[in-house]
Amino acid sequence: MPPDTVMQTVNLTDSPDRTFTNRITEESGQNLSLCYQCGNCTASCPYSFGFDIPVSQIMRLLQTGQKEPVLTSSSIWLCASCTSCTTRCPNNIDVAKVMDVLRHEARRQGFAKERRVKAFFDSFLDSVRRHGRVFEMGLMVNYIRKTGRFWTDLELGPKMLPKGKLAFKPHQIQGKEAIARIFERFEKEGF
Amino acid sequence: MTKHAYAYYPGCSGQGTSMEYERSTRAVCEALGIQLDEIPDWSCCGSTPAHAFDHTLSAALSGRNLGLAAKQGHDCVLTPCPSCLTNLKTAGKHISGDENFRDKVNRLLDEPLGTIPETKSVLQVLFEDLGPDWISEKVKRPLTGLKVVTYYGCILTRPPGLMEFDSEENPISMDMLMRAAGAEVLPYPLKTECCGASHGVARKDLVMRLSGRLLDMADSLGAQAVVTACPLCQMNLDLRQSQVNSANSAHYKLPIFYYTQLLGWAFGLPDASLGLDKLCVDPGPALRSIAANEDAA
Amino acid sequence: MRIGVFVCHCGSNIEGTVDTAEVSRIASDYPEVAFATDTMYACSEPGQDGIIEAIGEHKLDGVVVASCTPRMHEATFRNTLERAGLNPYMFEMANIREHVSWIGKDREANTNKAADLVRMAVEKLRRNRPLTPKEFDINRRVLVIGGGVAGIQAALDCADAGLEVIMVERESTIGGKMAKLDKTFPTVDCSSCILGPRMVEVAQHPNITLHAYSEVDGVSGYVGNFSVKIKKKARYVDWNKCTGCGECVEKCPSRKAPNTFDELIGPGRAINIPFPQAIPKKATINADYCIRLTKGKCGACEKVCPAGAIDFDQQDEIISEEVGAVVAATGYDLFDWTVYEEYGGGRYPDVITSLQYERLLSASGPTGGHVKRPSDGKEPKNVVFIQCVGSRDKSVDRPYCSGFCCMYTAKQAILTKDHIPDSTSYVFYMDIRAPGKLYDEFTRRAMEEYGAQYIRGRVGMVYPDGKGNLTVRGADTLLGKQVEIQADLVVLAVGVESAKNSPQLAEKLRISYDKYGFFMEGHPKLKPCETNTAGVYLAGACQGPKDIPASVAQGSAAASKVIGLFSKKKLKSDPQTALVDIKRCIGCGKCVLTCPFGAIKETDFRGQPKAEVIETVCQGCGICSSTCPQGAIQLRHFTDNQILAEVEAICRF
Repeated sequence: MPPDTVMQTVNLTDSPDRTFTNRITEESGQNLSLCYQCGNCTASCPYSFGFDIPVSQIMRLLQTGQKEPVLTSSSIWLCASCTSCTTRCPNNIDVAKVMDVLRHEARRQGFAKERRVKAFFDSFLDSVRRHGRVFEMGLMVNYIRKTGRFWTDLELGPKMLPKGKLAFKPHQIQGKEAIARIFERFEKEGF
Repeated sequence: MTKHAYAYYPGCSGQGTSMEYERSTRAVCEALGIQLDEIPDWSCCGSTPAHAFDHTLSAALSGRNLGLAAKQGHDCVLTPCPSCLTNLKTAGKHISGDENFRDKVNRLLDEPLGTIPETKSVLQVLFEDLGPDWISEKVKRPLTGLKVVTYYGCILTRPPGLMEFDSEENPISMDMLMRAAGAEVLPYPLKTECCGASHGVARKDLVMRLSGRLLDMADSLGAQAVVTACPLCQMNLDLRQSQVNSANSAHYKLPIFYYTQLLGWAFGLPDASLGLDKLCVDPGPALRSIAANEDAA
Repeated sequence: MRIGVFVCHCGSNIEGTVDTAEVSRIASDYPEVAFATDTMYACSEPGQDGIIEAIGEHKLDGVVVASCTPRMHEATFRNTLERAGLNPYMFEMANIREHVSWIGKDREANTNKAADLVRMAVEKLRRNRPLTPKEFDINRRVLVIGGGVAGIQAALDCADAGLEVIMVERESTIGGKMAKLDKTFPTVDCSSCILGPRMVEVAQHPNITLHAYSEVDGVSGYVGNFSVKIKKKARYVDWNKCTGCGECVEKCPSRKAPNTFDELIGPGRAINIPFPQAIPKKATINADYCIRLTKGKCGACEKVCPAGAIDFDQQDEIISEEVGAVVAATGYDLFDWTVYEEYGGGRYPDVITSLQYERLLSASGPTGGHVKRPSDGKEPKNVVFIQCVGSRDKSVDRPYCSGFCCMYTAKQAILTKDHIPDSTSYVFYMDIRAPGKLYDEFTRRAMEEYGAQYIRGRVGMVYPDGKGNLTVRGADTLLGKQVEIQADLVVLAVGVESAKNSPQLAEKLRISYDKYGFFMEGHPKLKPCETNTAGVYLAGACQGPKDIPASVAQGSAAASKVIGLFSKKKLKSDPQTALVDIKRCIGCGKCVLTCPFGAIKETDFRGQPKAEVIETVCQGCGICSSTCPQGAIQLRHFTDNQILAEVEAICRF
């Protein structure tokens, strides 16, 4: 049996990574100890069926400082920021924001369980950085190059092309250098 | 009626996959006397990939556009797209409310930000500032008997503290506008359930299930069409409807309109200005049924 | 004067952050302080004995105790002084616990502040004069506001003890929420079988006067002598003539009136008798829905009434009652659950409240005790119960636990199985709160013997599945999964909030209420049914969510307090009352107008109008002294001179 499917005893004396919990608390601005595990986020989340760890357990893992299982989960990448959890949390926790911050942290620490989701996000941002606006055709080509999944949505092309909905060339905006500079400064500042 | 003038942020998809939303939004606003001053040289808000990457970067991408709008002299930006709306609103609120954050954002921008204009959806202005009664007076070709469900998507009204518009669980603004245009609006319980959002490319399976459920509910209620206000929702339900059909062994042929298309149609605006030909699922039968209902009446 | 200062450690409560020995050392240099010391527990027996000893040894004639709030122990220490032979009003308290040690951790700053507060107390005490309370008579009648089970218990206990009781009930029948229940936990005995006889006792008791369909309009006076205005709302039926036969209800054509007794799920009539066991069993017309009263036509009830009791011209009537004590037992209301749009917000007929479900279960309810769901009358097979709807939910400003929903939900799951043997109940819960006697056993029985499926988690949304049923999507946090149930009926365990208009009633009674509108008890542990207003007591859920046994217990407790109060021959008034300096008074009469207690009257002094304070009526609020343009009316022990001396004591630099 692969080790990650075996039940393991969690040592609550040694394993909690408080700096991790504190960093997520600080970056999200959310008081994680408000969560009393009612499960409303898991109940409300349209993606629960696809998650490897339900969102309420992500919250619990955060409370107990279990960094590794949280950052290596697919759930944090599958969350689509629909904010059902935030909207219905009885304790007014912005759970969707916590999930956002976990994606940031996972990236920083080099985790991305859902590689294709990350590849799509990266392709999108590449496109913004290069053109100032998203160039949909270029984004798809980039995504396919990153993932090798050349058949992605192939059948949709014939639906869109005749309607003129897919441009072959990016929209050029004057400010595209300004956008590129935003990305450059971001990398330099190292926020 | 005096003209209302706003800064206008079309959003990237309006240049491509949702060009019919962009086109019909402009046509409807013009017909209603709302002046949309496109933000010159606007750039992408970064959408979900940006806020999933970093909040400062995301706010800078949106902030640049808010700064350009302020330079235009506008204190309010309109956008048709809920994803742009969320990003612009989040950025505006965070930058205005937190000086440290504003400083960080300014460090990424060419020009530091001054007063931040507010952002509203086009829908909010049509609903709150003009109102269904006023809009019904513009109707020349009512959507008599057309059975529709309204699908708002997950983020047009949520979270309520940020969006401050309509009800977060049971929004009614599009329902009221569609009724004002003469349509029959069926009670649709999944108004704010997520369609799968931007996972269509990377995790199509998720979209197939979520959008499939939305179409299934609309179909079982007897809707002839779904009315949307979000480019991503519309794309998942319309462009991907054939994918949903083959994934779920279903045979839906539900046209997925933007609410602006149906409003424009009811106002009697020319088809070309509404981009009805850009829809993947043929809206013809639904629209023709309206004429038949008219004749019967 | 020879003043003694006693600085209390309060264990470590004060001593932990205040150097009490240093405070007493500083205090020993204050003017007229003859003795100062710190003491472990001033309120304890050895502590009090120490004070008495010091009074004798140092010939003290005034005492300052620096300790906790006077609310609890001012009376204690006044007794101590009396036992030592001093006038009990030659005493001042400095609150160095709530005002110092509990709010700051800086020991040096705390010590300085405590010394300042003691200095103020000393300066005030130096200007105190011995006072003697006046005695006054008690009106031995009691007003009970609210005829639910708590009010009924209080009223019957008082009446059985020989007191005359006035009961005011806002609805047209007594019985409160309990009368709407089918069965009660944890014994599953029939609610109306146990409450009904008590209601009848109220009606038949020679010592109880019941004003139903009435509200308290105003209260004046003070402990022992309250004067109450009661509004008897127009019921458009002469209750002296009405026999409760129900002919009028049968014939009333206005069928859209809300049936509030059936929680809006039963058919309503503009003229109505709430239920067969109603006390009093009299008809009442809802003026908003009566066709005759709104449109001038109809009058069907008038035509059929064999007693000629219908009176369309009836008006609200205000009556007065004089009582010596008041028991507030106004109960609770249900949280407005329609704010939960994710559960349908009232749009789905088969999503109902727990109290509506009680009416469906009740044999006297709109379905005759057959569980039929509202939309189509179908008998439900899958019933989902959702707990904590409007409880423990900060997002709707209801962070508190309503206390009894876990129990009544278990009861309803059991009753569902009794009514529909092939049904399944699903209960979504966060925690099960069942700490009462036989309570936990009861919830276990629901699971173990009645097969109720308990699911630990909350429900995210409920929506019609398009096929006639409801989809309930929740979480099972023990499984760590999202779960869905196809339900025929959804019952929301709606939480408790304070009864409508509680704050307004509290203000009439001059008692405190918390931010949620629940009435404040005198002390959270030691005065659970007293209020901070003498002579006003609390019973039942008006003080906070409470189940039937707790409400009944508090009803009896409140009654015993009233009986105790009335067992005294006379009451003593607080002598810290207003006093008119007749030389300065110009007889302008402003004080007479502003006094909220009617405690100042105008008298004639050698042909001049002057103000005179009725000492037993004066409550010492001080409004008159701040109103008097001449400074002629002063509150004893809160005179301008004393307050200025206190101000000077802390503003010395």
